[in-house]
Amino acid sequence: MIKRIFLGVALAVAAGTAQAAGGAIQFLDAKVDLDDKASLQRGAKVFVNYCLSCHAMSYMRYNRMGKDLGLTDEQVASNLMFAADKVVEKMDVAMEPDDAEKWFGIVPPDLTVIARARGADYLYSYLVTFYQDDNPTRPFGVDNVVLRGAAMPHVLWPMQGHQNYVREAVEGKVTSETVSALSTAGDEILVHRTVTLEGGDVVHATDRLQVAQGGSMLPGEYRAAVRDLVNFLVYAAEPAKLERYGMGIWVLLFLAVLFVLSRMLYKEYWRDVH
Amino acid sequence: MMDGANRNTGVMAGLMGWVDERLPVTKMWKEHLAEYYAPKNFNVWYFFGSLALLVLVLQILTGIWLTMHYKPDAEEAFASVEYIMREVPYGWLLRYMHSTGASFFFIVVYLHMFRALMYGSYKGPRELLWILGMLLYLSLMAEAFFGYLLPWGQMSFWGAQVIISLFGALPFGIGEVLSLWIRGDFVISDATLNRFFSLHVVALPLVILGLVGAHILALHEVGSNNPDGVEIKKNKNAEGIPMDGIPFHPYYTVKDVMGAVAFLFLFAFVVFFAPEMGGYFLEHANFEPADPLKTPEHIVPVWYFTPYYAILRAIPDKLTGVLAMGAAVMILFFLPWLDRHPVKSIRYRGPLFMMLVMVFAFTFVALGWLGMQTVTAVRSEVGLRLSELYFGFFLLLWVHSKERSGGYLGVTFAVVAVVLLTVDGIRYDAAKAGLMMTSALIPLVYFLFFLFAPVFSNLNQARPVPERVTA
Repeated sequence: MIKRIFLGVALAVAAGTAQAAGGAIQFLDAKVDLDDKASLQRGAKVFVNYCLSCHAMSYMRYNRMGKDLGLTDEQVASNLMFAADKVVEKMDVAMEPDDAEKWFGIVPPDLTVIARARGADYLYSYLVTFYQDDNPTRPFGVDNVVLRGAAMPHVLWPMQGHQNYVREAVEGKVTSETVSALSTAGDEILVHRTVTLEGGDVVHATDRLQVAQGGSMLPGEYRAAVRDLVNFLVYAAEPAKLERYGMGIWVLLFLAVLFVLSRMLYKEYWRDVH
Repeated sequence: MMDGANRNTGVMAGLMGWVDERLPVTKMWKEHLAEYYAPKNFNVWYFFGSLALLVLVLQILTGIWLTMHYKPDAEEAFASVEYIMREVPYGWLLRYMHSTGASFFFIVVYLHMFRALMYGSYKGPRELLWILGMLLYLSLMAEAFFGYLLPWGQMSFWGAQVIISLFGALPFGIGEVLSLWIRGDFVISDATLNRFFSLHVVALPLVILGLVGAHILALHEVGSNNPDGVEIKKNKNAEGIPMDGIPFHPYYTVKDVMGAVAFLFLFAFVVFFAPEMGGYFLEHANFEPADPLKTPEHIVPVWYFTPYYAILRAIPDKLTGVLAMGAAVMILFFLPWLDRHPVKSIRYRGPLFMMLVMVFAFTFVALGWLGMQTVTAVRSEVGLRLSELYFGFFLLLWVHSKERSGGYLGVTFAVVAVVLLTVDGIRYDAAKAGLMMTSALIPLVYFLFFLFAPVFSNLNQARPVPERVTA
């Protein structure tokens, strides 16, 4: 009986923690793989070329990144370092916060731990769902499916080109709607909307993001590049991740052996307790 | 080993004798370990006391090393935590052990308290032991609360903001003065961070260590309870040793070592493979630096506070909510005097008590879950009903402390019904009338069943408690 209670409590705790606290949108899967060093290196390149001019990564040093990504200091200095003099420096940004405030209305956040704050899938979905907005609320002429009214311009457009947002029409008067999920179908990104109509009926609509004016990459290539970038951001948010899994296995093995020994010791001592 | 050393001659024995004449090391060793007789029938629930001590030691050790690198300064705190995570050798391990340790501390302590509830370990002569334990629990909550501000992330900041503002709900201007005094500023600021750091690393650890000492001394004075709830001191042999007792050392030291290793296995699993625990141990929003100008859309305390938080949120009136939340914690202090049933253990108190305890455990977990969710009308309503069940549990413990007549139970039910109907009358909202009526079934069924089951069945029939402990 008591064992059953114990098991029940353990299961309840496990079930509670297994369920991640997340937003309502089912994001695209970023397919993070920190063992893919080539992907991390490509992602770092995209990051320093496109992001680092406005977003700092100020808790990361160039040489630490190089070491973790399998690059020499010379390789880092000549390929990834545009805004610093020494590889031991932190990946700061030259833009003054006051200027940033003036230009974008907001200081672009530091991106060192953004992947831990927002999650890889969110970042991936965000970066692939910019589209041309015919009635722009922001000065850059684009909006974003994941983050409505995003303050950031679509800085990756030279790679992706521009997407159009093709809405599926819904019959009836719409009272509210939310994006429930994202998925891909070939080159297109599908936006699944849940729409509540006047009278309370709920219907589903599927909108499409289609590349209207191509960039330097095909849609598949662009998504792969963004995936590399997000992979890099996940690494940067927690470099310890590269070592903690490997170390953890040894610690668990050691504890498993120690448990067997401690149990034998216990059994030996308790033989005379009746 | 040490008592053996006394009989031996030689340098060690001489040294030991020299020390013993000046400091009663051997005497204390015997009193608290080698000749402290614990019941031989401890089950798995009895690991959590020693495990709590283990976690305390881990927290203090990792805390000492974290303090060497952490900067309690609003400008530098967040960055210094990232510095620990990246540039301090094994800093990430220290930090994850400490953050995981905080959650595991509460898991272990909640299970430890649940053990006491099941086996009546708070009943005489262990009332003071229970009260010392409750003081430890309160200190631990304060310690965790102060510590959670230190990483200076969004949840650190806004969580502290919400909890301190609760004190602000107190009337007659006391609230404002009190919250100002706690913060040391009109908003949470550098001053708050500095004092919370001081309280977290010096004041509360001292209090906790002192209380742990008192808790263990009190335990060794009255002796441990056990799953049968039998007092082993009532059956002693000719030498005055309890017949169902075994020396704590070596029997329970080797057993607790085994428990500690099993615990560390689970602990290490979380530390190395899931330190965020899906956002429950380390909240995602706490990886954004504290920003007093940007309120997060969804402020949630860490999981171990959420059952009480759910009670707070379920009550529409803020002051009443704060008082109810306080009462939910404080009522536990009175457990020894609420539950006065002579049978201690759940094993012999009959099925009704077992069901009552199970429903209480479920209520606590469900409230904890509700406390983490965004507020909707239904969740808030269920939260209120579960709060009624939470407090109802203590009433039922008191009612069923002895056999009651049908009339007594009927009057009790009438009083409960009047109280609950008054509450519903005060908070009546025509828009939610249907919801309120449906949800009223929860306390109705609960009180009807648990109050009147003894009248119509023998569910509350206690079984005879054996003289000696069972295997």
